[in-house]
This record gives sequence, C-alpha cells and structure tokens, in this order.
Amino acid sequence: MLELRFHGRGGQGAVTSAELIALAAIAQGKFAQAFPSFGPERRGAPVMAFARIDDKQIRNRTAVSNPDAVVVLDPHILHIANSSDGLSKDGLQVVNTMRSADEIREEYNLKGRLITVDANHIAEQEIGRVITNTTMLGALIRATGVIERELLVDELKVRFGRLAEGNINAFNRAYEECCVEKG
Amino acid sequence: MAERKGMEVSIAIAEAASACDVDCIAAYPITPQTHVVEHLSEIVADGDLDAEFIPVESEHAAMSCCCGCASAGARTFTATASQGLALMHEILFIAANLRLPMVMVVANRSLSGPISIWNDHSDVMTERDVGWVQVFAENGQEAVDMVIMGHRISEDKRILLPLMVNFDGFILSHMVEPIEMPTREEVKKFLPDFEPQQRLDIDDPITMGPVGMPVVYTEAKMAAEWAVRNSYEPMVEIMGEFEKEFGRKYKPVETYRTDDAEILLIMMGGIAETAMTWVDKVRDEGVKVGLVRFRMWRPLPVDDFKKAIAGAKVLGVLDRHFSPGGPGGPMAQEIKYMLYGQDHAPKIVETVVGLGGRDVNFSDFDQIFDRCKEVLGGAPIPPFELIQVRGGHYGKA
Repeated sequence: MLELRFHGRGGQGAVTSAELIALAAIAQGKFAQAFPSFGPERRGAPVMAFARIDDKQIRNRTAVSNPDAVVVLDPHILHIANSSDGLSKDGLQVVNTMRSADEIREEYNLKGRLITVDANHIAEQEIGRVITNTTMLGALIRATGVIERELLVDELKVRFGRLAEGNINAFNRAYEECCVEKG
Repeated sequence: MAERKGMEVSIAIAEAASACDVDCIAAYPITPQTHVVEHLSEIVADGDLDAEFIPVESEHAAMSCCCGCASAGARTFTATASQGLALMHEILFIAANLRLPMVMVVANRSLSGPISIWNDHSDVMTERDVGWVQVFAENGQEAVDMVIMGHRISEDKRILLPLMVNFDGFILSHMVEPIEMPTREEVKKFLPDFEPQQRLDIDDPITMGPVGMPVVYTEAKMAAEWAVRNSYEPMVEIMGEFEKEFGRKYKPVETYRTDDAEILLIMMGGIAETAMTWVDKVRDEGVKVGLVRFRMWRPLPVDDFKKAIAGAKVLGVLDRHFSPGGPGGPMAQEIKYMLYGQDHAPKIVETVVGLGGRDVNFSDFDQIFDRCKEVLGGAPIPPFELIQVRGGHYGKA
C-alpha cells in the first residue's frame, strides 16, 4: 500500500490533489481512498489531505501518520508544518520550491529523498494563478510512478473542463522539470 | 456487476437516493451531511430526478415535511446529523408511530458541548427509543446499498416504518473510495413502486395522528413494539433478495475471523474496517481474536448476536457514546441485556472510544485487547473506561 500526505493551505487544492490521484488509481483498477484532515475549512490556514492506494481493498479509516510520500504544496508551509513527521524510511518528499534540495533539507531538517519543483512559477505561467495542486501531481507521479500519467490527465479533463488545458500543461511540465534526487 | 467508480461517499448516497426515484426530499444542510443534500438538490435542479426538493428552515421542519410527504404516499428521503437529528427528536416518534415509510441517512456526529462537528455515535444513540428501524454502514458501498434496501424495507407492507441509515461523519461521509453504483433500471427491478396502505387524499379523507387517550395509548405502544420487532424477518428476506440481485451479502450481525477466538471485539460503523486490518495483523502473530459488528441495531438482532459470539470468553465492547453518571455505553448495556442470566456468559470489558472525532487506531485496539487478556487471565473486570483520555482515564485521573 502507498500512503500519501499532502500539506498545503486552505484554498490551494490539497484535497483536490488527493482526490485526483485516488480517482485515477481507481480508474486504473486499483483500490484507493482520499480524504481531508477533517475540520472547518479556512482559506490560508495550514491543511492536510491524505490518500491511500493499494491493489486490494483498503480497510483503514485512520489518518495517514506514516506516509510513504509527502507533497508540500506551499514553500512557506515548511516554517510551520513538520512535513517529515512519521515519514517512512525510504520515504519521499515532493516539495514546491525554487531552491535546491540540499538547501531546504538543511534549513528545515527534512527527511527522505527530495523531489523539488518550482511549481509556483509553472502554475503562474500555465494556469495564470499560483494554485499548485495539479502542478505538484506531475512531480508526484514522476517520483512514485504509481499511476499511469495518462489516467491522471483524464481526471484533470473531467475535473477542470474548460480550465483543463492549463492544468494539464502545468502537470506535464512539472513531470518533466522536477529534480528527482537519486535514491 | 457494475464497475467500481471513485466517488465521495456522500455523493454516492445522493446518487443512490436518486436511483431509488424518490418523490420528496425535505432537508436542512448540516456538517458532515451537507454534501448529500447539496448534491441531491443539484440532481433535482438539473432535471435528472423528478422530485420535490423542499429546502426547509430547520430539521424540525424537515422531519415534519417528510411526515407530510410520506402521508400523501410519496417516496421520501432526508439526511441529517448531530444537532439536526436532535432537533428532529419529537417528530421522529411521530413518523414511526404513524407508520410512515421513509429513509433518513445520518452522518453520525457528536453532540455539542463543547461544539464539535466530528464523528461519534452520540447523535443516534440518544434516538434509540424513537421506534425507527436503524442500521449502521461500515463503508460507502454499504451505505449506498442500505439506502436502496432501506426504501424497500421501509415500504414493505409487513414493516411500514421509517428507517435510519447511519454512516460515520467524515471517516465515511468525506471519503473518496470505490463504489459500485447500481443503475436506476437495476434499482427499479429490485424496488417496486411505493404502494401506501393508506394515504391522505382530499377525495377520500382519513384522519392520521389523532390523540391517543389512555384507553388506547398502551395498545398503540404495543403495536409499535410489534412493528419494529416483527420487521426482523422481512428485513432478512429483503437482504437475501438484494444479494440475489446485486451479489452483495448483508447480514444483521457481521463476524470477522471469529473462529476459535476466545476474545472478540464488538463494535459498529466505520471503525470496524480499521479493526479488521488490526485483527489480520494480530492473527498473523498467532493471537486468536475476532470481530463482531452490528449492522442491524433496531430491531436488536438478539439471536444473531448470541450465535456470533458463541464460544467466546471475553467481549471487548467499543462504544462511541456513553451516559454520564450512568451504566456506560449503550451497546455494552444492550449486550448485557442479551446475555444476562445465560450460563457461561462471556465477561464484558466495556470501553468508549473515538469521541468527537478522535482517531481510532491500532494502539487503541491493542490497549482494549490487553484489557480483555487480563480479564481472560482472571483479573477483575474493570468498570467502563474512556480510552484515549490524556493523563489517565475516568476514575483513575
């Protein structure tokens, strides 16, 4: 089973990220679940979302406390959220940052293998707004290989309709442009 | 078999109600039920369901409207949670005692105070005596299937009672997971048109809900008791027909790996899924433990429960609500009622977990199981215990 945790701010689409990857996994014939960290939704406040993906039925309704991969949607959230908390050995962290993996690892004492991508820049160019959830999924799919890229593109088309093109471009660019640390 | 599709459980429940071709929905939005009624109002507004959606000013009005709709012979659906269910309280009795078929889903949530929007069973457990049929779903698929079966059960002329489908707030309601959604055509085959036994009709007037003088009230209550108790057999029959049509088997009481188990954990709702995974883990370590889950809660499936726990020495009961200053959790009380006076009755370890959204995880099951092992080894049975209390549990702090 692959367990994922997304860190973002209310309004950045962390929950949508978790849902899209779960929907794509189910479309691929896998079992998956996605859910928010339950609570009042406040724009700008730190939020988490979770997803699980497996080849068999998932029977677990607890929050993800030992993720295999973490996605950090907002570069500044590292100041206030401990994204490394509970990260499994061999875990991955996919971080939205314009800085290098070494720099942020040292500053925030990050654990795991880092995948970095300047998602703010990509999202601004492709979508016209700094909403990074779909962009970050490109880097996550590249890093984990858990879902077929095309199935996620299909989910983006369904979810975003006429806005899909920019999101798909951002997703694809992050897939190509992210820096994946060697394992 | 329908294709598995990823859906939020609340959305799936709304789709299921729509597939049942309901005629009337009267509802007021409340967290964590909101997505159910929001989506239903969209389905109606889009013209995909020919139904009356009545946006009311409170849950008291919602349940009152539902009574009116069902009295007129309409297939009726609503949804609520927590304070909303509490606000319906007085009308719930009336719906049941007027024998009005309807289905209500309850996204189980704690009651205030302190204010909490999160999951436990305090809302529904304070409504045990209202005379409704009550079932608990463990996952999204079961919630969907229970809505479909619910209308058939509720409208069966041997039953004619309102039915409550309980599904945990957030840990079910807000979960995106795979669902096999029956089509409207498939549901139509299983669920015939509602044929009310009597209805309000201006051309053929009758009186519903008159005063029950002392000379008839007791008899009316006896009739209510019969109605709920006797709903058991037709319910089991309908679950069997559902299995034939859709291939998914539902029983009043569910067991998981209970063979040879001296200790069984007893619970209801969504935490049972996590518990099954925990059982798998400790069974792999060679520990004989199993799980029993109530799906049917009213009528209370006494014989099924006794059969499910036969041979067990200790039962660890996980309630999600309790009566302050009283005898502990409702499920444990009712299990004691079922087993009192029975020879070789198992010992009962009563616990309360997962209040107001506290995550229930493996370490909680470990702790309760350890308590059960101590009792199995001859230790005195502890009084009911609130698990997960920081700084020591009730009575020992």
